[in-house]
Amino acid sequence: MATDVTTHDLMLDGNAVAGLLADLFGADVTVVPAKCATCGEVNAMGALHAYVRAPGSVLRCPICGAVMMRIVQTDRATRIEMRGIAYFRFERSGG
Amino acid sequence: MARPLDWQLATVAGVHDETDAVRSFSLTLPAWTGHRPGQHVDLRLTSEDGYSVERSYSIASEPERAPEVDITVERIPDGEVSPFLHDVVVPGDRLEVRGPIGGYFVWEASQPGPLLLVGGGSGVVPLMAMIRHRARAGAMNPTRLLLSSRGPGEIIYREELDRLSATQDGFQVAHTLTREQPPGWSGYARRIDEAMLSEVLDPLGREARVYICGPTALVESAANALVRIGLAPSQIRTERFGPTGT
Repeated sequence: MATDVTTHDLMLDGNAVAGLLADLFGADVTVVPAKCATCGEVNAMGALHAYVRAPGSVLRCPICGAVMMRIVQTDRATRIEMRGIAYFRFERSGG
Repeated sequence: MARPLDWQLATVAGVHDETDAVRSFSLTLPAWTGHRPGQHVDLRLTSEDGYSVERSYSIASEPERAPEVDITVERIPDGEVSPFLHDVVVPGDRLEVRGPIGGYFVWEASQPGPLLLVGGGSGVVPLMAMIRHRARAGAMNPTRLLLSSRGPGEIIYREELDRLSATQDGFQVAHTLTREQPPGWSGYARRIDEAMLSEVLDPLGREARVYICGPTALVESAANALVRIGLAPSQIRTERFGPTGT
């Protein structure tokens, strides 16, 4: 394992925070399409780029790199900021 | 019934060394709802003072093994969780686990058509769940695994992969060893590149469904090369893992 890791090497994807997001949304969101508010591209949450080494987790658009979601957990609460997401599309189960 | 996101106490049913630095743990879960190949579990360790740390591990076993699931863990020397799992955990121990988690990087035998699996190091783990499931389900779809490992001693699941690729059901494995090759090595001996992907993909055709899992650099270069070869991005699913301090 390289020790001179760059920010790029530390990049994961939305699957890395799937457990946390499922806990918050009450369902798996890795397959949920999310539209980037910056460039308009739609990607599954699992395909977003994830940076989880910061004091929080940051999800970025894989196309334009804009921040789509920030998640910060403290002892008392979880704060999610998602100005970078224009919409999610949740399929209706059985529909 | 337990929900996937409820923590449950798994019992370690067995421990199995895959390589010097990689070990598999069979976990028996009291309220397992079943998984799809490619999904993972979260594992939580809590110390006596309440400090807790979570890690996500891909499930290595096929769903048919439920309610037992295997995880395969690489020992990261300066990690918080993997050294504990490797050095301390023995059969009979209990671990806090929740899952299954994730529905994006998933393949099931009900999905027809040729399948290309590309793995780097322990990135082979979720792909192995797909390969094992494919064999158990009796699927015959043409399937190839391209696995990049550093040296011959670091190929995870080597014997099982060789055995499965000898069964004539359409599964084949191609190895590349990037740092050290044994004498007489007939496999690839370089990092995964466009020419290699093109050769491995060729018998499957351009319509193949592709799953790539490994370090970010490998995932990016393989996915970009496949797009240059002519595959649509929508055919390719990726899962990146990095030096997450595990």
